[in-house]
Amino acid sequence: MSPQRPVPGKAGAWVAALRQRLFATPLDAALTLVCLYLVWHFSVPLLRWLLLDAHWQGTSRDDCKGGGACWVFIRMRFGQFMYGQYPAAERWRVDLTGALLVLTGAALAWRGLPRRRAVTMAAVFILPPLGIWILAGGWGLRPVETRDWGGLMLTLFITVYAGLISVPFGILLALGRRSRLPLIRFASVVFIEFWRGVPIIAVIFLASLLLPLIMPTGVDIDRLARAVIGLAFVIAAYMAEAVRGGLQALPDGQIEAAEALGLGYWRIARFIVLPQALRIALPAMTNEFIALFKNTTLVLIVSIFDLLGIAQAALADPAWVGMNMEAYTFAGAIYWFVSFGLSQWGRWREKRLRLAHGR
Amino acid sequence: MKFLRDRKVRDVLWQVAASLLMIALIVFFVRNASQNMVKAGIASGFRFLWRDSGIEVPFNITGYKPSDTILALLWTGVANTLLVSAASIVLATVIGFGVGLLRLSHNWLLSTLAGCYVEFVRNIPLLFFVLFWYFGVLAALPAPRESYSLFDLVFLNRRGLSIPTPGVLHDFGWAALMTGLLVALQAIVARWARRRQARTGRDFPTWPVGFLLCGALPILAFIAAGTQTPWDVPTLRGFNYRGGFILVPEFVALFAALSTYTAGFIAEAVRGGVLSVRQGQIDAARALGLGQGRIIRLVVIPQAMPVIIPPLTSQYLNILKNSSFGAAIAYPEIVAIFMGSALVATGQAIEIIAITLAIYLVLSVAVSIFMNWYNARHRLVTR
Repeated sequence: MSPQRPVPGKAGAWVAALRQRLFATPLDAALTLVCLYLVWHFSVPLLRWLLLDAHWQGTSRDDCKGGGACWVFIRMRFGQFMYGQYPAAERWRVDLTGALLVLTGAALAWRGLPRRRAVTMAAVFILPPLGIWILAGGWGLRPVETRDWGGLMLTLFITVYAGLISVPFGILLALGRRSRLPLIRFASVVFIEFWRGVPIIAVIFLASLLLPLIMPTGVDIDRLARAVIGLAFVIAAYMAEAVRGGLQALPDGQIEAAEALGLGYWRIARFIVLPQALRIALPAMTNEFIALFKNTTLVLIVSIFDLLGIAQAALADPAWVGMNMEAYTFAGAIYWFVSFGLSQWGRWREKRLRLAHGR
Repeated sequence: MKFLRDRKVRDVLWQVAASLLMIALIVFFVRNASQNMVKAGIASGFRFLWRDSGIEVPFNITGYKPSDTILALLWTGVANTLLVSAASIVLATVIGFGVGLLRLSHNWLLSTLAGCYVEFVRNIPLLFFVLFWYFGVLAALPAPRESYSLFDLVFLNRRGLSIPTPGVLHDFGWAALMTGLLVALQAIVARWARRRQARTGRDFPTWPVGFLLCGALPILAFIAAGTQTPWDVPTLRGFNYRGGFILVPEFVALFAALSTYTAGFIAEAVRGGVLSVRQGQIDAARALGLGQGRIIRLVVIPQAMPVIIPPLTSQYLNILKNSSFGAAIAYPEIVAIFMGSALVATGQAIEIIAITLAIYLVLSVAVSIFMNWYNARHRLVTR
């Protein structure tokens, strides 16, 4: 029994709609009023603090007298929030890498892209090492040590590179888990379940302690690289489960038909299975990607300062005592907008996929 | 080379190649590790577990002292992990079910507010909430002298949450025993009622009786026991509260962050589960003349629970694993005191990491076995 709906377009329809959606029963009306009061009670001081009473102009803590938020603090330390200790004269390199990333992403998202294959290849094989060279320097560029990297730039770096490792790795693991060969299947299952069963913090610890230990003497793995590898392993295991969902959704007939045509395992995987399975798995993979983005914060535990770490470190600055709320609000807002944007994109893809399948 | 075209031969060859590769990698890593350890003079073996730890643990429920062994330290960490996980699981379930059901409310304002909560919580890193609660909220609390108090029994200040503890547990033992008996009685009554209904069709108010037997009476028993027991109430002495039990700010921050964060995910699982029950089922139940309460109890919940339980399980496992975020604010759980302090003290990285990971794996497997058992019991019998 669906509730009665007002006649659309009629005068007073919205009053009826309001009544039905907010004041349907006395209990409803009471709840609505209580909620309205609570929203009012909390949002007004919040809004005053965030915007109305906030301070924007000035250069030091003394410019923030009164109750509102001190955005001067964020403005003065904006460079740190974005780039960490990356030398100011070299920050164009970070911007350049970011621009390259955005341009490639936009090009790949454009449907009428000419030479799509070549661009994709370049994006996957040339861009990542190029990015590391531009950021880390050497060969003509001034070297910048990874310990000086930080802020949002580092958060995005870890997300992108751990993602670049974990997606192909996860796909291989998912294929391995569905493999006909018992040994491969067993190894994949053990790998996936192991990394899914342990906390990511422990894995980042583990990577920073064990990786130097199991490498031959003289081979030194960068601190940041250790954290990226640790994160990538865990995310690969989760990614594998997302891809497996796509593989399982594929009807057996597809593979049987491909086998009947005489295609071998890798060709079936490349031309028949993966293009379809990945499209189905994309929303789940997007969720894992969001999880990866949020989990980059854990590198704080091995003293690498990503966006949240920089915010946390900024609290210790004696010139800006008591800016906890401003720092957290700023960092939190960035995390929220990026994650929310990604998840909306995932939902949009999912919807389009459903429409394409006529469901 | 014709035999290479045989599928079976190729299968065997692939597996042999893969296993050789894996063995080679493992041998390579183990050799490097042993060489590096010899060079750095790191001992190996598990004998260090019985050495004195000498590590202070400010918050423990096991009665651990720094003069105890490292094994005792490990046990303290496990206990703290389990304590914060269990507390967070309870609160996250309560908030999660509440918010998830509110999201389905017909009241637009309620469902929107619940939706805002979910979207807010799910798109921000958990570590952010942990740090926010610890450095943002709890650090801003007043000093012990100006504590917030609840009936002068529970006190909240920046040193933590002071709660009263019972002086003797004797009476509570009796109350717990009585509760156990009442639950058993309820199980028998429910069984009898089901059988009678199957035989005669006559209904029995199992749920109200159940609430009486398993809810009201045990609570009365515990209240009775509580009035009989001398309580150790925290009182302000000097600069802090003495007596009772102090939940340190690290615990409170981790508990608050874990439960509110995970509640957002549980709410989504609950909403998905309830929405998976098709409207036709509810319409049919209404057509049979069932009331709202019975529709929810007999039609919606039995069909929604099997859908809710698998994601709920993974959220519980996430809480267990995410309790390690306590390491960021020095809450003494396994990762912080064992993988952190004990590792620094002994230097035996491989053994300590292996033990830590093994504990998490065992705990994870235990939770998932329990939830699978629960799920199997509550699965719908489809024909």
